[in-house]
Amino acid sequence: MSIPSALAASDGPARTGIGTRLAGAAPFLLILGLALAVPLAGNDYWTLIATRAAIYWILVSGLDLVVGFAGQLAIGYVALLLVGAYTTSVLAAGTILPAFPAFAALACAGIVGALVGVVVGLPALRLRTFYFAMTTLGFATIVTQIALAWQDVTGGGIGIAGPEMPAPFDSRLGFYGLCLAGAALCTWMTLNVAASRWGRALVAVRDAEVAAEAVGIAKPRLLVAVFLFAGCVAAIAGGLFASLQTYITPDAFTFDLSLLFFIAVLIGGRGSVLGPLIGTIVLTILPEVAAPLAAWSTFLYAFLLLVIVLVLPGGIADLLDRGKNRPLPAERSIAPRQTALQDLAASATRSAPITLAGVRLSFGAVKAIDGLDLALRPGSVHGLIGPNGSGKTTTLNVISGYYRPQEGRVTLGARSLLAEAREARARLRIARTFQTPRIVAEATVIENVMLGGSVAGRATLAESLLSLPRHREDERALRDSARLALRAVGLDGLDEVRAGRLQHSELRFLEIARALMLRPAFLLLDEPAAGLSAAEIQRLGGLIRAVADAGIGVLLVEHHADLIFAICDEVTVLNLGRVLAAGKPSEIRSHREVVSAYLGG
Amino acid sequence: MLASILASGLAVGAIYALIGITYNTMFSTSRVMSFTAGQLGMLGGVLGSLFTLRLGLPWPLGLLLTIACGALVGVVTEFVAVRPVLKSLDQHLYVLSTLALALMIQQVTAIGWSTEPQPFPRLLGGFGETVLDEKFWLPVAACLVVVVGLELLYRRTLIGHAFLAVAEDNFAARALGLPERRLRVMSYALAGGIGALAGYAGGELLLAFFANGPHLNFYGFIPVALGGLGNNRGALVGGLVLGLFQQAANFVVGGIFASVAVFTLFIVVLLAAPQGLLGSAQARRV
Repeated sequence: MSIPSALAASDGPARTGIGTRLAGAAPFLLILGLALAVPLAGNDYWTLIATRAAIYWILVSGLDLVVGFAGQLAIGYVALLLVGAYTTSVLAAGTILPAFPAFAALACAGIVGALVGVVVGLPALRLRTFYFAMTTLGFATIVTQIALAWQDVTGGGIGIAGPEMPAPFDSRLGFYGLCLAGAALCTWMTLNVAASRWGRALVAVRDAEVAAEAVGIAKPRLLVAVFLFAGCVAAIAGGLFASLQTYITPDAFTFDLSLLFFIAVLIGGRGSVLGPLIGTIVLTILPEVAAPLAAWSTFLYAFLLLVIVLVLPGGIADLLDRGKNRPLPAERSIAPRQTALQDLAASATRSAPITLAGVRLSFGAVKAIDGLDLALRPGSVHGLIGPNGSGKTTTLNVISGYYRPQEGRVTLGARSLLAEAREARARLRIARTFQTPRIVAEATVIENVMLGGSVAGRATLAESLLSLPRHREDERALRDSARLALRAVGLDGLDEVRAGRLQHSELRFLEIARALMLRPAFLLLDEPAAGLSAAEIQRLGGLIRAVADAGIGVLLVEHHADLIFAICDEVTVLNLGRVLAAGKPSEIRSHREVVSAYLGG
Repeated sequence: MLASILASGLAVGAIYALIGITYNTMFSTSRVMSFTAGQLGMLGGVLGSLFTLRLGLPWPLGLLLTIACGALVGVVTEFVAVRPVLKSLDQHLYVLSTLALALMIQQVTAIGWSTEPQPFPRLLGGFGETVLDEKFWLPVAACLVVVVGLELLYRRTLIGHAFLAVAEDNFAARALGLPERRLRVMSYALAGGIGALAGYAGGELLLAFFANGPHLNFYGFIPVALGGLGNNRGALVGGLVLGLFQQAANFVVGGIFASVAVFTLFIVVLLAAPQGLLGSAQARRV
């Protein structure tokens, strides 16, 4: 089992081994210990509350991945609690089918919940934020109405008895033990996912969606997998909830509950597991310790939500994260290392050239690219220069699949790139960087780099949940090559720093490291020298040259003429979407039109 | 039967359209979709009943007070839930802050007013027949007044032009020296008034009930989503069509299946056209 950093990334030197694992696990073990001690208080009522908290956490642990990690505002998750509760109760009661044993009914509820989870989540693949929030709210309303109307099965407003658990789980204490074990299992699984490439991909989809596409993360598949898991655990929580209530009516599934789940995640902090766990416990206990507040519980939850949003967007996790302000070495410089790069490139794939022929693309009446021919060969640096608006970045976006030209061909060897999805570029070993670095500011530097190797991972989400051998191999391999990539670009030593704390120039090299994780055949760089100091530009030039010498084809979109002429093998000059000149740097330098139009002098 | 489907369909459709216009009015100056839109409709009914029935004020005064209170809630929304999160618009914190405020409004109403639906006063009476009763034509009339009024405001007045300028391009409007913040507060006050009027006009249909908010939020959002964000004509057409469809489904297959039908249709259309049927295409991403 690998214990990830339990909270949002904490800075500091790279620590591995048993000590770190224990430090990461300590808060969870402490909570587990306290939970185990609850029955010793000798008050049945507190055991009941603790059971409820455990059941809620089973649901929230899955919802955390949806809301906290993937950033999807799924507000109506009480719908899944209801689906699970009714599925379990109806199957256990045997009203429509022969009666199921309680655990079989619970398992069936898990399956049904997984499917419903996907149905509820599906709109998220196309709809954003407010729209998606609305659809989940609508879904919660509809499901309650169906439960009310479908009287033959659900008992309508009269309700239905919850499933009875077999011995030894039929006693209050035994049932608590069962729920607690479930909660502990869910915590472990969520932590495993959080520390896996799935967890990193979810956060990337939330904070840097375009970059996620560029490294080959297919959002639909990712989200569907997570919705399956979240729906499954939510419905199982529903089955346990029905058993705890002993009798359920649609009224038991109020919007307050939905709110509790949702707010628990946000109070806890996005991208954290410990925070939402604490949030769930606090929100479950809150109305109990302040009995007069019970009527105001919705108001209280809403007020907490407002406070969190306005004052503490990082949630509890942010409060607990002690390392976030630890000073970084002030006098640090980026020092790329050739040997590391050669190690990294040794396994790079040789590839046929990328060829653009007669590409035309216009936005409305503006011809961004107007009949462009260009060849990008492995092992060489191809510079693309021209004034602003001449179509340089547009060309890069055509190759990397963000724009679709109206005419012309873009091929990789014999294969047409236009037929491939953007996310497929990563599998074809075409990597890119962005004009404005697109990074996950809340993740650590090494996590950002590991994101680049997402397509190399083989473990499925299920394997990651259970931390099976393939998952552990993936993580080890990704971490090793991320370290190598960081050494190659010269950012080693900053592995565990939150990426948002780096300087702009460091982010540019970070993006290159992430791109190198693909073991690319082609690397498309969009103004990598923008905002760099003269010394850094020189190091960048050395790095790019070394990348090309290792056999990678580089497309360099740049404004710094010095850099272009120092390292390029070929240069294409664009003007108004057309090729003004193309050839060796020496030819371009003496090209009369180019000099007068662009280089000056 | 057809007549009563038409009457009730147009009436609830007009209410949905007005809530949709409330969303749009807030969205136009702030790019924020606020969960308080539905609560404003709820407040319109509750406050109308409070002023006229419980406090015994004459209804025109009650109406004015209701609209004024709605405008106040709109301004509070802007100050509490919108202004603080505008800087981080791309993080969509506004979804959470407006949801929180909406829930607080709802809970305060539940505790301060009642958790049971309360009657709404009769105002003018009908034109004799049941389908021409005021509870059916009042919402339609209110909707017409608002739509025509907004058109006049946007086309004929300087302040309307300023609203449009801010809605079109916030930065350019500020560069021109328009008081963007004041305009935003004013648009929230306007939206608050419209939302409250929607609830007031529909008071006899929806009653003065604290839980009307989420219902209106959802059904008022559908016309906006289908008509395209910020498009008032789309909201008007969408709202009326939605109302007719919902009432027809109500009569034909019954309440629950009507809700399911509306919801399913909504999801399918939205998935097919996320920008709405009348909306414009997505912005550039790279």
